Amino acid sequence: MSEMTYLQAISDGLRTEMRRDKRVFLIGEDVGVYGGAFKVSLGFQEEFGPWRVIDAPLAETAIVGGCTGAALMGMRPVAEMQFADFVSCAWDQLVTVAAKQRWRASTPVPIVIRLPSGGGFSGGPFHSQNPESSFAHIPGLKCVCPATPEDAKGLLISAIEDPNPVLYFEHKHLYRRIKAEVPEERYTTPIGKARRHREGDDLSVITWGAMVHTAGEAAAQLESDGVSTEIIDLRTVMPWDRDAVLESVRKTSKVLILHEDTRTGGFGAEIAATIAEEAFEDLDAPVKRIAAPDTPVPFSPPLEKAFIPQVEDVVAGLRELAEY
Amino acid sequence: MATETAIEVVMPQMGVSVSEGTITRWLKQEGEHVEADEPLLEISTDKVDTEVPSPGSGTLTQILVQEGETVAVGTKLGRLGGTVADGSAAEPEQAPDEPEAAAAARTSGEAPAGSAAPTTERLEEAQPEPAREASSAGNGKAFVSPVVARIASEHGVDPGRVEGTGKGGRVTKKDILAFVEAGAPAKASAPPAHEAPQPVAQPQAQPAPTQPQPPAKAPPQAAQALEQTGETLPGETVEPMTAMRRGIAEHMRRSLDTSAHVTSAIEVDLSRVVAVRARLKQEYQAAYGVNPTYLAFIAKAAVETLREYPYVNAEIRGDSIVTRSFVNLGFAVELADGKGLIVPVVRNAETMNLLGLAKAIADIAARSRSKQLVPDDVQGGTFTITNPGGYGTFHGTPVISQPQSAILGTYALVKRPWVIEDELGNDVIAIRPIMNITLTYDHRLVDGAYAGRFLKSLRERLEGWEGDEG
Repeated sequence: MSEMTYLQAISDGLRTEMRRDKRVFLIGEDVGVYGGAFKVSLGFQEEFGPWRVIDAPLAETAIVGGCTGAALMGMRPVAEMQFADFVSCAWDQLVTVAAKQRWRASTPVPIVIRLPSGGGFSGGPFHSQNPESSFAHIPGLKCVCPATPEDAKGLLISAIEDPNPVLYFEHKHLYRRIKAEVPEERYTTPIGKARRHREGDDLSVITWGAMVHTAGEAAAQLESDGVSTEIIDLRTVMPWDRDAVLESVRKTSKVLILHEDTRTGGFGAEIAATIAEEAFEDLDAPVKRIAAPDTPVPFSPPLEKAFIPQVEDVVAGLRELAEY
Repeated sequence: MATETAIEVVMPQMGVSVSEGTITRWLKQEGEHVEADEPLLEISTDKVDTEVPSPGSGTLTQILVQEGETVAVGTKLGRLGGTVADGSAAEPEQAPDEPEAAAAARTSGEAPAGSAAPTTERLEEAQPEPAREASSAGNGKAFVSPVVARIASEHGVDPGRVEGTGKGGRVTKKDILAFVEAGAPAKASAPPAHEAPQPVAQPQAQPAPTQPQPPAKAPPQAAQALEQTGETLPGETVEPMTAMRRGIAEHMRRSLDTSAHVTSAIEVDLSRVVAVRARLKQEYQAAYGVNPTYLAFIAKAAVETLREYPYVNAEIRGDSIVTRSFVNLGFAVELADGKGLIVPVVRNAETMNLLGLAKAIADIAARSRSKQLVPDDVQGGTFTITNPGGYGTFHGTPVISQPQSAILGTYALVKRPWVIEDELGNDVIAIRPIMNITLTYDHRLVDGAYAGRFLKSLRERLEGWEGDEG
């Protein structure tokens, strides 16, 4: 074990797979000489050479299209979008081609798209989004959203191993903020399996990504009031661990779903609907959602703070549920 | 076969607190054509009697609620357009449902959320909803969450007997689990809360039922009252109470239960008012078509006097006393043939001169009798004047219109031998027009001396009336 930041854990996972499997290569804007906009691939080009760490033109369509073709020819490409927001340029390649290829022609498309996502640093509307629900809606794509360094490494390795297109949402706000012990050896974290981030009896919070930490701080505050909060870190939103969520709901009967993405049509809606369908008779309060409002992400720091769910918002939401 | 879309006519919501209404008259019969906004029927509620305009134009194909019936706000009263029942095209499966749904709405006492105006619904979306059992309106205690309901049924526990610690006293999952754990009485003791009301007139000799009776459908209120008093005796006639009568009954009882009613009376010499009125009458009639009634003079004097005695124009609200810088003056108006009483309100009477007040009083009285009042006309009163003197009564003790603190009664203007002083200071008997005026006040808020001073000041205003405006 060694202590790593979230960002170092991503690098470590990628490096582990590239060392282990020659089919794995990285392509993206400035990932080579520059080492990536956030330095995830710093030193990679020196180690693996320019043919495995490829600087691409500013053309996400070409990056994802190229990866899809390479995957069909037996490679294991990892593409980096400089910001998750830019993946919309590659929508057609991902949604029309990569997602449907296996269903259509039974040829797997084992690509990983790394998506530096999320806000919290005044990145504004084009550099702060969390578009996981858009892709979770597309049959044929998987979406993973690690919250901890250990999961960041394990889920990246799982994503590279997976025979399907996997969107890997790495939260920029966690890159250097979150540090933890990470196993040095190779390991995988299963896709579709949630993690109990905190155990509790009174309330359940279902969340993922950076919000896991927001929920953790809120839960710690509520503990002093004698309210015991369980936090389920989904880890992956597609597929998502319905069993773990329903088990927690059956235990506490009061649920808060928390996400940084905007509210309407956010993945929380899917979870809330499933709880209503599957665990209706276990509910002791309305299922509550806390999410960003339905607007683009603002630049202004105070506005962004109002936009992204904060610890105090979650505390208030949990209190309301506890008192219901 | 007609293919136009059917439009439902529903009982409108006449004011926020009104939950039901009685159909007094259908102005159109089944099969008749009606234009949009044309008066379709008349209804009576405990606030207003009014005409209901047609929500659309078409043929009145079905009357679902007959004249004389009282139903909840939102209940379907009839149907415009759609498939006209032409013998062969009738929908047999739907017809029997409808009266049931209406009856359910009538007895459940729950007013479906309704808008202020008659709403229209597309027929295909208007399937009768099952009547909801317990009222869940706003009361947290009554709401049983799904998990609590499940635990309650698994353990045979009535959640109503569990002490709730949730919001508004709601029983939480923890509450009911603790109750069960503490050894709640098992299924044997069936909850007594849902017993059907047993008619009193049932034969006494009936053996004790060996199994629980199926809950009888609650009979409509009028029928229930009948059953409770037994059979009608020879010579007795029974008629259902109108919504307005029920409303009056409830309000009068509640007022007496709320306020400490005390009545003080004062005799007022209206010689000057009579003289001024005689002079103004022609002018007002000719120029404005308004009759300056004695009531208008008294109202004007009362509004001015209220300014000096704010507690007479006040209200007890919770633990506080609320006084006002305005007077919304209510007038008790009798409807034709003893059909009821309504108290329309002249708003901001303090801004009106004698002419304005006379005009406003005439307007609301006319609209009361022609059923043209809107809900706003009967709300927000701060002080009321009742005028039963037209029949010669010289005294009375009216009931305060809640939540006001007083009501002024005006009685017959009678010529009486009256002792006055002549210009030499000697007592002489004169013939003077005298009116007895009463103030019935809520002694919780207004004391006898204060009321006495109010009446004295009112009398001085009326006896010393000068010029057109007093």
